[in-house]
Amino acid sequence: MHWWLPLKGSTFAGEIDGLFLAILIITGIAFVIVEAGLLWFVVKYRGRPGRKAYYTHGSTRAEVIWTAIPAVTMVALGLISNHYWVKIKGRNSVPPNAYPIAIHAKQFEWQVTYPGPDGQLGTADDFEVRNQLHVPVGRPVVVHLTSEDVIHSFFVPVFRVKQDAVPGMNINVWFQATVPGTYELGCAELCGLGHYRMRAQVFVHTQEEFDAWMKQAAKGGATS
Amino acid sequence: MTTVAATSHVAHAHHDDRSFLRKYIFSTDHKIIGIQFLFVSLFFLLVGGLLAMQMRWQLGFPGKPMPGGGILPDTMAPGGVLLPEYYIQLVTMHGTFMVFFAIMPLLVGVYANFLIPLKIGAHDMAFPRINMASFWSALLAGLIMLAGFFVPDGAPRAGWTSYAPLSARPDLSGASYGQMLWCVSLVFLGLSSILGSLNYITTIINNRAPGMTWFRMPLSVWSLFITAILGLLALPVLSGAVIMLLFDQTIGTHFFDPVAGGQALLWQHLFWFFGHPEVYILILPAMGMVSDIISNGSRKPIFGYHSMVFAIVAIAFLGWIVWGHHMFMSGMNPTLGSSFMVSTLIIAVPSAIKTFNWMGTMWRGNLRFHVPMLNAVAFVAMFVIGGLSGIYMAATPVDMFIHDTYFIVAHLHYVLFGGSLFALFGAITYWYPKMFGKLMSEPWGKVHFWLTFVFYNLVFFPMHTLGMAGHMRRIYDPTQYDFLKPYQPLNEFISISAFALFAVQAIFALNFILSLKWGKKAPQNPWEDNGLEWSLPAPAPHGNWETVPTVYRGPYEFSSPQVPEDYLPQYRKLPTDREPARTPVAGH
Repeated sequence: MHWWLPLKGSTFAGEIDGLFLAILIITGIAFVIVEAGLLWFVVKYRGRPGRKAYYTHGSTRAEVIWTAIPAVTMVALGLISNHYWVKIKGRNSVPPNAYPIAIHAKQFEWQVTYPGPDGQLGTADDFEVRNQLHVPVGRPVVVHLTSEDVIHSFFVPVFRVKQDAVPGMNINVWFQATVPGTYELGCAELCGLGHYRMRAQVFVHTQEEFDAWMKQAAKGGATS
Repeated sequence: MTTVAATSHVAHAHHDDRSFLRKYIFSTDHKIIGIQFLFVSLFFLLVGGLLAMQMRWQLGFPGKPMPGGGILPDTMAPGGVLLPEYYIQLVTMHGTFMVFFAIMPLLVGVYANFLIPLKIGAHDMAFPRINMASFWSALLAGLIMLAGFFVPDGAPRAGWTSYAPLSARPDLSGASYGQMLWCVSLVFLGLSSILGSLNYITTIINNRAPGMTWFRMPLSVWSLFITAILGLLALPVLSGAVIMLLFDQTIGTHFFDPVAGGQALLWQHLFWFFGHPEVYILILPAMGMVSDIISNGSRKPIFGYHSMVFAIVAIAFLGWIVWGHHMFMSGMNPTLGSSFMVSTLIIAVPSAIKTFNWMGTMWRGNLRFHVPMLNAVAFVAMFVIGGLSGIYMAATPVDMFIHDTYFIVAHLHYVLFGGSLFALFGAITYWYPKMFGKLMSEPWGKVHFWLTFVFYNLVFFPMHTLGMAGHMRRIYDPTQYDFLKPYQPLNEFISISAFALFAVQAIFALNFILSLKWGKKAPQNPWEDNGLEWSLPAPAPHGNWETVPTVYRGPYEFSSPQVPEDYLPQYRKLPTDREPARTPVAGH
C-alpha cells in the first residue's frame, strides 16, 4: 500500500498527476488557513465570564478579499484544467496515427477486437480476445468503445484513463502507454451483480513483442 | 389565518381539547408535523446506517460470514455470506434512504416545518392541511421504498442514481418489482416535497410578523426559503423522469433504452438536472441553521449577513447549471465538459464566502461551547474538507482518474455526514427544548460529539487514499483486483472504524429518547437566543402566539452595546424602538 497515485503508465498521466498536485497545494493552503484559523479562534476566543464579544456586523473590505481571491484562483484553475482537458479528451484530441482497437463491453466482460496484421479494423483479419487488452508501448492507441447492454466504464488506473461505454453510442478514447508491463482494467460504473468482477488484463508490450503476439494471436492462438 | 388565531386563543384560554389522534397523528400543527418527520426520518437514518454496516462488513471482510447475518434469507446472505446481488441492493438502498428519507426530510421536513412559523412569527403554515398531506405522502413513500426488500427479486439494484438502461430493464438488473417500487416511491416523495415547498414559500412571503422584513429573517429561514424554491423546481423533474422510467419498466416504452431508439444519457441529464439542486437542498438548510447556532455560540452578530444571504442565492442559482459535472466521463460532448467545469469551480466562491463569514463570526467572539456549537463548528471544519475535495473532481482531467472511485465517496460523505449530519446533531439538540420542553443531556451530548467526530474522520478520511489508488465505487469484492489487494488492511480499518461510528450513535439515540422523559425541564430561552421562537413557552403551544410578536431588529444582535446582557431578542422593545408600519398582509 502506498499513499500517492499509482504508477504513471501513459503520456498524460504525468500531466494529470501534476494537476492533482497543483490542486492539492491550493486546497492544502485553504485547508490549513481554515482549520488552523478555526482552532486558533476556538482557543483564543473561548468564553470567559465578564468578557463581551466585539460587536460588529462585518467588513466590506474582508468580503471583497475573500470573494476575489477564490474567484481568481478558480478561474485560473479552470483555464489550466481546460487546456489539458482539450488535449486529452477534446473532440479532436485523438492522434491521427493512433492504433485502432475496438472494445465491446457487456455484462460482465470486455470483448477486445484487434485489427489483425493489416492494422485496419473492419477487415477480414480482425480477431477478438476476451478480457485481454494488448497494446504496444510508445504508440497512441484509440479504443472504439461500445456497449452491448448497460453502461460500463473503461478504467485503467495506471493510464489515468476512464470512459463510460454507453449502449447506442460509439465513443473514441485514446491513450499512449509508456511503461511495458501487465496491468488491470476495471469497470467503474455499476453494471449489475457482476460489476465487481468485470476485469481484464492489460499488457503493454514492446513493439517487437507486440508484433510477435499479433502474429501468433491472428493465427488463432489468441492467448498471451 | 384569523380563524386559526381565534381557535388557538380559545384553546389556550381553556385547554387543548383535541383528541389524541387529532393532536399527534392527524395533526395540522406545523410543530407536530415537524416532530412526526423527525421520528420517521431518524428511523430511516437508522435503516440507512444498518445497510451501510453490512456493506462495510463485506468490504472489510469479503466472503466471511457476517455476524448475525444468519437471520437473512438465502436470497440475500446464505450462511451469513453476502451475495453480490444483495450487496448492490445495499448500495442502492443505503444511498436512497440516506438522501431521500433521512437527510432531506430531517433538514426540510423537520426544520422547515418546525422553524419557519416560529421564526417569522406566524400562527402556523399557510396551508396546514396541505402540510399534513406532505407528511403522509412522505411516510407512504418511505414505506413503499422499504417494501422493496420484501418483494420477489428484492430491492432495486441500480444505485441511488438508477442509471438506465440497467434500471429500465429487469432482464439486465435482475431486480423487477423492487425497481418499480423505487419509482413509485419517489413519485410520492416528490409530491410530498412539492406540497411542502409550496407551503414554505407561501408562508414566508405572506405570514411574517409585523417588523419581520426580508433582511431581518434569520439565515435558517433564508436558506429554507431558497431550498423550498429549489425543491419546487427540481422535484417535478425527478417525478417526470421516474414516471418515464416506470413506463420503460412496465408498459414497454423505451425512453432510456437505445435498443428501440431511446437515449441512455437522457436519464442522466434528467436525473442530475434534479440531482444537483437536490445536493444543495441537502446542504443549504444545514448552512442556515449552523449560521444561527454559530452566531449564538459566539455571542456575536453573524459576520456579513447580506453576503451570507447572497451566497445562499448564488449557490442555489449555480446549482442549476452544474449538473453536467456528474457526467464528464459519460460520453457527453467534451466541450460541454469545459463549461460545466467552469460553472462548478465558481461554486467555490460563495462557499468560501460562507466559510470565511462563519470564521469572521467567531473572530473576537466570546465562545460558548454548548453541544450545538460544537457540532456547528465541526460542520464548518468538515464542510471545508468536502468542499475542497470537490475541486479535484471539478477539474475534468483529474476527474478522469478519480471519477467513480472512493475519492468521490469520501467527498460526498464529508459534505453529507461531516456537513449535514453534524449540523443536524447540533440543530436537534438546539431546538429539542422548544419541541419537547426538555433539554438533552449536555455531558452525554459532548461525549457523543467527540466520539462521532473522531470515528467519522477515521472512516471517511482514508477513503481519499483508496480513491487515489483507483479503488472503484460500488464493487462487492475489492480483492478481485491485484492492484487493490494491498489496500485490504485499509478497507478493514475503515470497516472497524465504521462499526465504532455506528455504535456510538447509540449514545445520541439514548440521549434523545431518555431526555423525553427524564431530561431537565427546559427554561423558555435556554441558549439566550434572539429568535422569536424563544418568546414562547417550551414546548410551544398549538397556534404558537395568541398575538404574534412585533419584530424590532435583526436576529443576531448579540453583545449589543444597547443592553447590559449579551443578547437582545428580536421581540424585545427598547424605549428607542419605534413600532413598525403594519403592512397589509395577504390572507389576514
